[in-house]
Amino acid sequence: MSRTRTERLVNLVICLLSTRRFLTAAQIAATVPGYEHDPEDPRDHEAFQRKFERDKAELRELGVPLETGTASVFDQEPGYRIAHREYALPDILLEPDEAAAVGIAARLWQHAGLAAAASSGLAKLRAAGVEVDPQATLGVEPIVTVDPAFGPLAAAARDRRAVTFSYRVPEVDDPATRRLEPWGVVCWRGRWYVVGHDRDRGATRCFRLSRIVGAVRPVGRAEAFVPPENVDLISHVAKWSGPVAHNGRATVVVKQGRGAMLRRWATDTVPGPDGDRLTIPYGDAEYLASKLVGYGPDVKVEGPPEVREAVIQRLKEVVARS
Amino acid sequence: MTGPRPTGDRLGRLLNLVPYLLARPGILVAEAAADFGVTEKTLREDLELLWVCGLPGYGPGDLIDMALDDTTVTISHDAGIDRPLRLTQDEALALVVALRMLAETPGTGNRDVIERALAKIETAAGDQADAPVAVRLPGNEKRLDEFRAVVERGHALRMTYYTAARDETTERVVDPMRMVMVDGRAYLEAWCRRAEGTRLFRVDRIDAYEELAEPSLPPEEAVPHDVSEGVFRPGPELQLVTLRVGRGSRWITEYYPVEEVTRAGDEWVVTMRVTDLGWAQRLLLGLGPDVTVLGPPELLTRIHDQATAALDQYSTPGR
Repeated sequence: MSRTRTERLVNLVICLLSTRRFLTAAQIAATVPGYEHDPEDPRDHEAFQRKFERDKAELRELGVPLETGTASVFDQEPGYRIAHREYALPDILLEPDEAAAVGIAARLWQHAGLAAAASSGLAKLRAAGVEVDPQATLGVEPIVTVDPAFGPLAAAARDRRAVTFSYRVPEVDDPATRRLEPWGVVCWRGRWYVVGHDRDRGATRCFRLSRIVGAVRPVGRAEAFVPPENVDLISHVAKWSGPVAHNGRATVVVKQGRGAMLRRWATDTVPGPDGDRLTIPYGDAEYLASKLVGYGPDVKVEGPPEVREAVIQRLKEVVARS
Repeated sequence: MTGPRPTGDRLGRLLNLVPYLLARPGILVAEAAADFGVTEKTLREDLELLWVCGLPGYGPGDLIDMALDDTTVTISHDAGIDRPLRLTQDEALALVVALRMLAETPGTGNRDVIERALAKIETAAGDQADAPVAVRLPGNEKRLDEFRAVVERGHALRMTYYTAARDETTERVVDPMRMVMVDGRAYLEAWCRRAEGTRLFRVDRIDAYEELAEPSLPPEEAVPHDVSEGVFRPGPELQLVTLRVGRGSRWITEYYPVEEVTRAGDEWVVTMRVTDLGWAQRLLLGLGPDVTVLGPPELLTRIHDQATAALDQYSTPGR
C-alpha cells in the first residue's frame, strides 16, 4: 500500500472514530485529506467513489467495525462512523505468567494462516499493554499441526452454515461428496475431526479432516441450522477410540533374546528350555494373533485355543498365498 | 483461513503502534521495532507517517504528537486511537484453540495459569471467541509430570528404551533437551550419546530410567527436530518395499508414511520406506494374506520361510 493511501486510511479511521454523527461520503471527502475532488466533474466524482469503496473494503477486511446509518430522518444519503466500544479491544489484564502462556500458545501453530492470525492477535494484546516474554517456555511443548480443512470448517460451524466436501476413506478409491451441517471441530489424540449432521445420511456423523480432498465449500446462508443443545463433540469422536479391556490371558513361548515387544506386554515371565514362557493380557484374540504371527518361529502359542487357532489360521493363509 | 493481507499489514501495525507506545512512555525505538518484528528504520518511517495524521482540522493540537529522539519515543497525543482494534474471528480462533490445546496437553505445568489466560482472552474477544472447537489430548499425566521434572532438573539420563523399528530394548545415556507432544503422543527429545544424534524418545517406551549426577549437556550440533510434518519422515536412504494391498488392509496407507499408492484392479500397489526389514516382516505377517510383497525378493522369501517354520511348530506333536 502506498504511503499516501496508508496515511489517508489512518486519517479516515481517526475521523470516523471521533464523530458521533454519521458522516456522508461527501462530508468525509470534504474533511479527510486525500479525497479532494470536484464533485461536479462526473469522472472525478466516480474516481472518488471507487477510491472510497476500496478504502471501506480495506478497513472491513482489517476488522474495523464500520457502522452505516443516517444522521437524521431527513437524510437520504447513508453516512458512516466507527463506535469506539465496537472498535476497541476491551481492557485485558494478564498476569506475567498468563501473558507468557498466551505467548507460547501463539507460537504453537505450524499452519501458516493460523500462525499469522495468532501473531497478529498477539500484537493487539501487546498494543493493549500486555508484556509478553518471548523466551518463556512450558514443560511440554505441543506441536499443533492441523489439516487445511480446519479453518473453513471452524468458520462454517461458528456461522452455522452447511458445507460440502469430497471425502475419501482409504478402503474406497473415489472420493464421495458429502453434505454436512457442521456442529464443531474436534481434536482427539492429535487427530482432527468434524462432527455434525450429515444431510444425505440424515444422521450424526464425524469425518476425519485428513481424509477431506480439496476445498470445503460453504452452502447456503448462515444460521441455517441449530446444533443440539449441550452437544458433547468429543463423545462423538472418542467413543470409537476408547480403551480396550485386557481380560484374556495368553501363554506363549518366546525364544531367548527375541520378542522384545511381547516381553514388555508380559505380566509374568518363566524361563524354560525352549525359551521364556510369557503370560500376556489381551482384549482381542485376532489383534494379539496378528502381533504374534509377526515373530514367525520365534514365538509359539500354548493357549488359549482362540489365540492359538487364530495364529495357525493366519500362518496357513500366508503360506498358501506366498 | 488466510492471515492479514500484506497490503493491510502496515495499516494494522500503525493502528497498533499508537496504543502500544501510549502504554510504554519512553520506550526504546529498537525495542518497539523488535516487538513489531520490523527494522528500526521501518518503525521510524511509521512514526513519521503517524506524525502527519490526526483529527479533522489537522492543526497542531489535532495531529498525533510524540517526543522522538535518537533512542526513545513517547506519545503525547493519540488523536483517539488509544486502544488496539478488537480481535478478529480468525485471531480469536487461533489464540483460543492454541490455549485450549496447551491446557489439554498432559504434563503441562501450571494448568490453572493457562485456564485463567484462556478465560481472559475469551472475555476480551467476546462473541468472536465462541469457537466451536473441542480439544482432548488424553495422556498419562503423572508420567509426563515426572519427565517434565526430569528435563527441568537438567541431569543426564541412563534409560532402558524400546525401539519398535528393531524390536529391541536397549540401554543408553541421553542428554534431555525438551518434551514435545506430536499427534497426541509425548516424546522426550534428547541427545543420544550412543547414536550421537538428536532423537525423539516416546515416553511410553521408556521402560526404566535413572538420573545421573552429571548435568545434561547436549553438544552444539544437537538441534531440535522439525516435527511439523510428523515424527517419522523416511529418507531416500531407507529401503523401499513394494506391496500389493487389498481393501481390508488399505488403512496402512493412512497409518504409516507411504511413498506412493496406485490402483491395480481391485487392489492397490503401495510403496513405503522401512528402517528395518524385520519390522516389515512383523507388520506384513500380521496383516496376513490381504497384503502381498512385490519386492524386494529377500523380504518375500523371508516372510514365506518364517511363516512355514512357524506353522511347523504346531504340526509337530509334543513340541
